[in-house]
Amino acid sequence: MTGLEIRGLRVSFDGFVAVDGVDLTVAPGDIRFLIGPNGAGKTTLVDAVTGLVKATGSVRFGDHELLGRPVHRIARLGVGRTFQTSSVFEGLTVLQNLDIAAGAGRGAWTMARRRRTVPVAVSEALETIGLAGRQDALAGTLAHGHKQWLEIGMLLVQNVDLLLLDEPVAGMSHEERDATGALLAAISAARTVVVIEHDMDFMRSFARTVTVLHAGRVLSEGTVAQVQADPRVQEVYLGTGGVA
Amino acid sequence: MTATVTRDPAAPPATPRRRVVVSGPARAAIGFASGALLLFALAPSALSDFRLSLLAKYLCLAMVAVGIGLAWGRGGLLTLGQGVFFGLGGYAMAMHMKLADAGPGELPDFMALYGQLDALPWWWRPFASPWFALPATVLLPMLVAFLLGSLVFRRRVRGAYFAILSQALAAALVIFLIGQQGTTGGTNGLTDFQGFFGYDLDDPVNQRMVYFIVAGGLLLLLALARQLMHSRYGELLVAVRDGEERVRFLGHNPATVKLVAYVVAAGMAGLAGALFVPAVGIINPALIGVVPSIEFVVGVAVGGRAVLLGPVLGAVAVAWARTSLSEEFPAAWTYLQGLLFVLVVAFLPGGLASLPALARRLRRTPRQEVGT
Amino acid sequence: MTVLVGQLFTGVSIGAVLLLIALGLSLTFGQMGVINMAHGEFIMAGAYTVYVLQGAISSAGISLFVALPVAFLVAGALGALLEYLLIRRLYARPLDTLLVTWGVSLILQQLARDIFGAPNVQTRAPDWLTGNVPLFGDLTLSTNRLFILALAILAVVGLTLVLRLTPLGRRIRAVVQNRDLAAVSGIPTGRVDRLTFFIGSGLAGVAGVALTLLGPIGPTMGTNLIIDAFLVVVVGGIGTLKGGVIVAFVLGTLQSLVEYTTTLSVAKVVVFVAIVGFLQWRPQGLFTLRTRSLA
Repeated sequence: MTGLEIRGLRVSFDGFVAVDGVDLTVAPGDIRFLIGPNGAGKTTLVDAVTGLVKATGSVRFGDHELLGRPVHRIARLGVGRTFQTSSVFEGLTVLQNLDIAAGAGRGAWTMARRRRTVPVAVSEALETIGLAGRQDALAGTLAHGHKQWLEIGMLLVQNVDLLLLDEPVAGMSHEERDATGALLAAISAARTVVVIEHDMDFMRSFARTVTVLHAGRVLSEGTVAQVQADPRVQEVYLGTGGVA
Repeated sequence: MTATVTRDPAAPPATPRRRVVVSGPARAAIGFASGALLLFALAPSALSDFRLSLLAKYLCLAMVAVGIGLAWGRGGLLTLGQGVFFGLGGYAMAMHMKLADAGPGELPDFMALYGQLDALPWWWRPFASPWFALPATVLLPMLVAFLLGSLVFRRRVRGAYFAILSQALAAALVIFLIGQQGTTGGTNGLTDFQGFFGYDLDDPVNQRMVYFIVAGGLLLLLALARQLMHSRYGELLVAVRDGEERVRFLGHNPATVKLVAYVVAAGMAGLAGALFVPAVGIINPALIGVVPSIEFVVGVAVGGRAVLLGPVLGAVAVAWARTSLSEEFPAAWTYLQGLLFVLVVAFLPGGLASLPALARRLRRTPRQEVGT
Repeated sequence: MTVLVGQLFTGVSIGAVLLLIALGLSLTFGQMGVINMAHGEFIMAGAYTVYVLQGAISSAGISLFVALPVAFLVAGALGALLEYLLIRRLYARPLDTLLVTWGVSLILQQLARDIFGAPNVQTRAPDWLTGNVPLFGDLTLSTNRLFILALAILAVVGLTLVLRLTPLGRRIRAVVQNRDLAAVSGIPTGRVDRLTFFIGSGLAGVAGVALTLLGPIGPTMGTNLIIDAFLVVVVGGIGTLKGGVIVAFVLGTLQSLVEYTTTLSVAKVVVFVAIVGFLQWRPQGLFTLRTRSLA
C-alpha cells in the first residue's frame, strides 16, 4: 500500500485560484473523505493529482513525484479515479470495458490478438461487482447504479494502490448506496482511498478520516467526530444544512 | 425523426456481438472463401478484359476504403487526406516503372521532353531499384503518417481540427506536385507505362495478372483489418473513439492507439496507390487531391463505416455508379452523388450496411416514416 | 528593402482576402463548431451575384456597391436554409456535418454550372479600382487590393461591434459559451443558431464580391479557398475573432515571403509545416475560450 503526500498544491485557471496551497497527507490504507461546499476545489485537487490540470507544488505517491507526468503515466503508477458522471465505454460490453481497464502496459503482440480467455482479475472483478451474468451486455444498456459499479470494477482490475472517487454514490438509491459502501469497504482493505462526497450519511458510515476544503484551502482535518465539532466547519456549512 | 437518426452513428453494427465471438473464425473463413471465389473465379470468367480492368481500379479504391474504415469507422479519425498516402504509394511505384521503362542511366521520357534536367534528381535515383521502390510504396506513406500523426495526436489535436489538417496536407501536396513539373510531371502526372517488372502492360494476359494481384491485395488487407478490429487493440480503439480521456485514466496512451490506426490506414492507401498505377496506367495530382480524398470517405460512409465490408462495398458501388452514369449524364451524376451523400450521412449514418438490420427492425414495427 | 516592403504588402493583401473568407467561418466554425464545406460555394454565390447584377446595371461601380448587400443577403439566405434543413439536425455530430455539407457543395457547384456554364466568367471592375496608388520610391499598390483590405477591416469592425454591442451579439456569445444555460435562460438557441449562420454565410457572400476584383470566377472557385480559411480559424483559435485576424495576416505574409524566395508550391508546404509546428506549441490555437469541461 502506498500513501499520498501533497505539499503546497496550487491550481489556477486564468487568474482564478481553485486550489490555493493545500497540504494533505493520506496514510497508506486510509479512507479519506474530502468534503466542502461547491467550489471548494475538491474535484480540481483530484484533477491535479491525476494529471488532468496543471498544478504547482508537490504531489508524492510513494517514491514518485506525480506533478508533471502525463495522465496515463500516473495511472500506470497505480492511481485510479472515477468521475462525477459515469464514464464507461457505452459501445463496448461489460467484459470489454473491464479487459481494457486491466490492459495497461500490454505488449504489442498481446494487443494484436483476440482475447481468447477472460483474465482471472477480470472474472474476479465481475463477481465482486455482481455483474458476472451480464458480461456480454453493452455497458450503455446498464442501469445507472450498475454503471457506477462497473467503473469501480474497472478500478479493481486496473490494480491501483490509490483510488480517487468523485461522488461515487450520487444519484444512487438507498440500497445501491449501501451495496456500494460495502464494495468500497472491501476494496479499501488493500488500498488507499480518497472519496469526494456530499452525502453526509455515507461519509459517517465509511470515512476513517475527513478533510474539509473551503475556497481552495484546507479548513479542518481529523476524524468524523473531530471535524463535525469544529466551529469553523459549522460556520462554512451554515445554511446548507450543517454537518451534524 | 426515426430511430436511425438519433442513433449514435459510430455505434457498432447492430449484429449481436456474441454471435460474432462464438462463430467468428468459421464465419470469417467462409466469408473469405466466397470472396476469393468471387474475385478469383467468378469475376475473371464473367467479365470482359475491359470490365475486369475497371474492376481492378475499383478494388484499388476499395483498399483505401478498408483503411478509412479502420481509422474513421473504428477510431473516429476522420482523415480527409488519404489521397496523400495513395499518391505517395502511387508515385513511388510510378517512378520505379518510369525508370525501368527508360532503362539504366536514361532519363524518363517526360523529363527528356520538358528538357529542364540533364541528370536524374537525387531523390529519383533509389527508385530505380525494386528493392527500394516496392517497400517504399507502403513504408513512405506510413512514415509521413507517423510524423504527422505523432506530432498531432500527442498534442491532442483531434476531431475537426485533425480532419482539416489532413485535408490541408492533401492540398499542399497537390500544389507541390504541380509546381515541380520538371521532376514530377506536374498536372499530367506520370503515365504511359510500358512494362511492369518486365511484363508488357499492353498484353491483356498481363493486365489480368495485375487484376489478380490487386484482388489478392484487397483480401490481404481485409484479413489484416479484420484481425485488428477483433483484437484487443480493436476494442481499445473503439474505447478511444468513444472516451479518449477515460482511456487515459486507465493507463493507456490514446495518442499511440490512434497513431497505429492512422499509420496502418496510410500503409493500406499506399499499397492501393502502388497497385493502382499498373492497373490503371496513370497517377496524377487530380487523383490524389482534396476532392478524391473526400470521395474516398464518401464511399466508406455510403457503404457503412463501422463494419468490415461496408467500406469495400461502398467504394466499389460509388466508383461503379460514377463510371456508368458520369459519362452519359455528368450533371445528373453530380446531383445524385451530392444528394446520396447528404441523405446517407444525415439520415443513415450506419451506411447501406445498416439497411438489413433496419429493415428487420421495420418489419417488426411497421412504420411509414422512413422514406429514404 | 523596397522588395521586402513590397512582399509585406502582398502578404497583407493575401491576408486580407484570407481574412474576409475566414471571417464567416469564424462565426460558423469558430463560434458554433460547424464545419461547413459549402462555405466556399456561398463565396461563389456572392461572386455570381456581381456577375448577374452587372447584366442589369451597366455601371461597374454602382453594381459593385449594390452587389455587396445583395450578395450578403443571397449567401446568408442560402446559409440559413442549409442550417434549417440539415445542420441543425447534426449539431451532435460535427464530423458528419462536414461530410453532409460537402455533398451540398457538390450540388451547388453543379447548379452553378447548369445556370452559368462550366467555364470561368469575368466581371468588370470599376475604373477607379483598376489603377495603382504610388506609395514611395517606385513602390505602388493596386487599388483593388487596397479596396479589399478596407473591406476586410470594415467587416471585422462591423462584426466585432455586432457581437459586442447588440442584443443578438450577446445572445450569440451566450450560446457559444454555454448552450444549455443559454437555453434555460430563455434564449431561443435555435433562432440564434440560424441568425449566426445567416451572418457567417452572408460574410462569405461579401468575400465573393471582393474576389471578383481579383480574377475570373467559376463554379469551383470556393473549393481551394476554404481550406486555407479553415486553417486560419484552427490556428487562430475557436470562439475568438482576434486570433483569426492575426493569423490571417501572419499566414498571408509568411506565404508571400516564402513564395518570393522559393516558389508558390514550396510556400504551401512551408506554411503547412509551420502550422503543424505552431500547433505543437498551442494546440488549441492562438486564443481560446477556456472551459473546465473534461472534453
